[in-house]
Amino acid sequence: MDKQKSVQELDDVVVRFSGDSGDGMQLTGTLFADASALFGNGVNTFPDYPSEIRAPQGTVGGVSGFQVHLGSQKVNTPGDFCDVLVAMNPAALKANAKWVKKGGMIIADSDQFNEKGYQRAGYKTLDAITELNLQDFKVIYAPITTLTKESLKDSGLDNKSIVRSKNMFSLGMVYYIFDRPLNFTEKYYEIKFKKKPEIVVANKKVLRDGFNYAANIQAIPNTYKVKAATSLPKGKYRSINGNTATAWGLIAAAEKANLPLFCGSYPITPATEILIELAKRKDLGVKTLQAEDEIAGICTSIGAAYAGNFAVTTTSGPGLSLKAEALGLVVMTELPMVIVDVQRGGPSTGLPTKTEQSDLNQALYGRNGEAPMVIIAASTPSNCFDYAFTAGKIAMEHMTPVLLLTDGFIANGSEPWRIPNMKDYPAINPPIVPEGTENFMPYARDEKRLARGWAFPGKKGIAHRVGGLEKDFIKGSVSHDPMNHQRMTDIRAAKVKRVEEFIPEQEVYGDKEGDLLVIGWGGTYGHLLTAVQEMRAAGKSVSLCQFNYINPLPKNTREVFKRYKKLVVCELNMGQFANYLRMNFQEFNYLQFNKVQGLPFTVVELVDKFNNILEGK
Amino acid sequence: MEEKYLQYTPQDFKSDQEVRWCPGCGDHAILNAVQKGLPEVSKVLKYNLERYVFVSGIGCSSRFPYYVDTFGFHGIHGRASAIATGVKVANPTLSVWQVTGDGDALAIGGNHFIHAVRRNIDINILLFNNQIYGLTKGQYSPTSPLGAITKTSPFGTVEHPFRPGELVIGAQGKFFARSLDVDVKLTTEVMVEAAKHDGTSVVEILQNCVIFNDNAYDFLTDREHREDRIITLRHGEKMVFGKNRDKGLILSGLSLKVVTIGQGGFTMDDILVHDAYNPNPGVHMMLANMEYPEYPVAMGVIRNVKDTTYDDNVRDQVLEVMKDAKIKCMDDLLNSGETWDV
Repeated sequence: MDKQKSVQELDDVVVRFSGDSGDGMQLTGTLFADASALFGNGVNTFPDYPSEIRAPQGTVGGVSGFQVHLGSQKVNTPGDFCDVLVAMNPAALKANAKWVKKGGMIIADSDQFNEKGYQRAGYKTLDAITELNLQDFKVIYAPITTLTKESLKDSGLDNKSIVRSKNMFSLGMVYYIFDRPLNFTEKYYEIKFKKKPEIVVANKKVLRDGFNYAANIQAIPNTYKVKAATSLPKGKYRSINGNTATAWGLIAAAEKANLPLFCGSYPITPATEILIELAKRKDLGVKTLQAEDEIAGICTSIGAAYAGNFAVTTTSGPGLSLKAEALGLVVMTELPMVIVDVQRGGPSTGLPTKTEQSDLNQALYGRNGEAPMVIIAASTPSNCFDYAFTAGKIAMEHMTPVLLLTDGFIANGSEPWRIPNMKDYPAINPPIVPEGTENFMPYARDEKRLARGWAFPGKKGIAHRVGGLEKDFIKGSVSHDPMNHQRMTDIRAAKVKRVEEFIPEQEVYGDKEGDLLVIGWGGTYGHLLTAVQEMRAAGKSVSLCQFNYINPLPKNTREVFKRYKKLVVCELNMGQFANYLRMNFQEFNYLQFNKVQGLPFTVVELVDKFNNILEGK
Repeated sequence: MEEKYLQYTPQDFKSDQEVRWCPGCGDHAILNAVQKGLPEVSKVLKYNLERYVFVSGIGCSSRFPYYVDTFGFHGIHGRASAIATGVKVANPTLSVWQVTGDGDALAIGGNHFIHAVRRNIDINILLFNNQIYGLTKGQYSPTSPLGAITKTSPFGTVEHPFRPGELVIGAQGKFFARSLDVDVKLTTEVMVEAAKHDGTSVVEILQNCVIFNDNAYDFLTDREHREDRIITLRHGEKMVFGKNRDKGLILSGLSLKVVTIGQGGFTMDDILVHDAYNPNPGVHMMLANMEYPEYPVAMGVIRNVKDTTYDDNVRDQVLEVMKDAKIKCMDDLLNSGETWDV
């Protein structure tokens, strides 16, 4: 290794891998993130990929990216801008140049920057640096494709497989730049390609050759060192993304309730991974049913809930629309169910692979009739586990559907997670009706939660009928009586409202009073927190109030809002939560910051906005 | 222990709800047949009452669960197959019955219906076919004959109807039977067979809507001609019908043909024997599609083929994976894979 090069020590650094959708950038990014997490860094990731599986090669529309933020402390966002960009072709550079910090490093595969490559990416000239105005950046053109071919010429692999390994060459280069050990990734190859030893050998060689190449060339001005995080709580860690955490949280709830987990679901981006994770868990008795459509997804779950399983269904916005009528049936039959909506850009098919928070109105109001249900939103990849668990607990103990909102950003993003211990989680005690209960009344309720009993078919003496027609207040038989309908409507609403007695009070990050309260909900947490931390470090009186419980809202919400001069509601939609708060607490003036670009907030734009508000602009 | 399943009478399956179908509706006879059939099913399969779940969608037929004193679920329009599937997978020991109509099962619920059949989930589907929408007061259904004049087809329908048997067999159905609302004895008989069959059993019951499509099946129920227009199939028996039991079905080329025994050189030996257990759907499809006047309409169990069921496969796969699993609880899962200490 060249000792002449300077080593720059940084608190945090952001790397973005980008290439064609077939270039393996998601895997490359994931390996880098995992290696950094194992090294002990705080890590946060952001996969950004197109909805086409293989868009036309070399085009800007087909560029797939994966951003990794690592720090010597816990990092809460994947970072606005990157310090290092890996661009596997001209299209990747064109699509991502705007995300590189001024003066940042760009590693580009020079073999792809030929006439054909420029043309496909829609350049006007054959000079990316001038055309994209990158004169102030450290652009390193490396013949990655050629070097990969050279590295593997004796590997015995066919040409196609050799060229496919070029992402590992670039990963090797990045490992050198960030002074990362290679052993974790080498171990990954050994496990992943257990049955193909020649691939293991080839990948190890190309990774190492990439590392050595970066060490030998003079073009790389300096390497970076990001120390292991020392502030993280002690314990055993793993890496987790939001969708896996959601799936696991649901299984955990089933285990605590001592009931089998049933998931009826239909594949839909970006929620499919939850179904995939659950389908793996036959070892824990999980039953998954890949239904013929979204409606069957929820309706099989309704049947399973009636029959006494902890039933869940998972979807994204368009799927939630299709499930709307069935959601009303769950409200009417007062059965427990968790519905997970991993939000994406809408309306209609919208932006399937991009994040947004625009399903809130649909979650709150998207059903016929008066049909309130409990709504919870997770706010980080790892706390999807806790909120999925809590959603299950509330659903089963309160006999109500619970809609859990996550979004494409936290669902796909990953972070290190201190592994919890199940003994630290509360018991779940659904109101299961014992066999042979005398004078069983299907809609009789407990006073504390207003939950009706859960009477499983197969148990003696409690045969009963339920359905979508209005129910008699006690007997549950069909009733068209006007006053009964009023009473039932009231009690269904009261049952949901009653949940506020069982959820924690709303907390605030920062001072309990001040100039500005930043209000957010769900997956914007990391960016809002980082922005508020920056503001506070600069001496500004700003606090953060991030909601996880949407319906009902925490009981102290009004008391929290009262103590600030200004309130700004930030969300990735056009103001759905702001309007919900206006409806609930009319006395406050809510400023708004909204964005619907299929992208998370950037910390920079948030800080700008908050400063403007404080300055009265 | 008391053997309850031996002692049930139809009375045990009558709920306290007032039956609200129109006077003269074919549904009354079907309800009667089911309430008579359930004690029989209980005896044969040793089922106690609490094992029965009746699931329905929307429509006149879908009020059925309210009138049977078992567990019941009145769902939403078209979704009964999906709900019933969930019930069965959640608890495979239950005896699950779906009650549905031609609109509920074949129009709005067509997708769920064919997929339930394809999966071969062990549920029993009673499909009341009255060729009309009754609860919405007289619009044509997917089984209304081409040209049928209804409220939404004042000049006659311009669309071809489904034949439920053809659809079931086309969706790889393993059990299809047909009965007629007024033939309580036959309905009871085929429902017991449906219950005994492992897998999706579809029983089409031709049912008269006295208000909006009255007399649709008169050509079959008319006592004068009934025996000449209906052939009741039983496995292992000759396909013979007619008042004088002198008509039968033979295979002529690739089609079925009606012949008179003793005429044209045909003897009883030429008549086909019904093989409901034959996996080959060819003859079953032809039998299910027979229409009057060219053919008699087939009743009874037309197809009854053994195959693995979805619910059994789900259960077996879970048990198989659990047997050698390294992950036995949530804590095992949380600590699986790549971890590190801080």
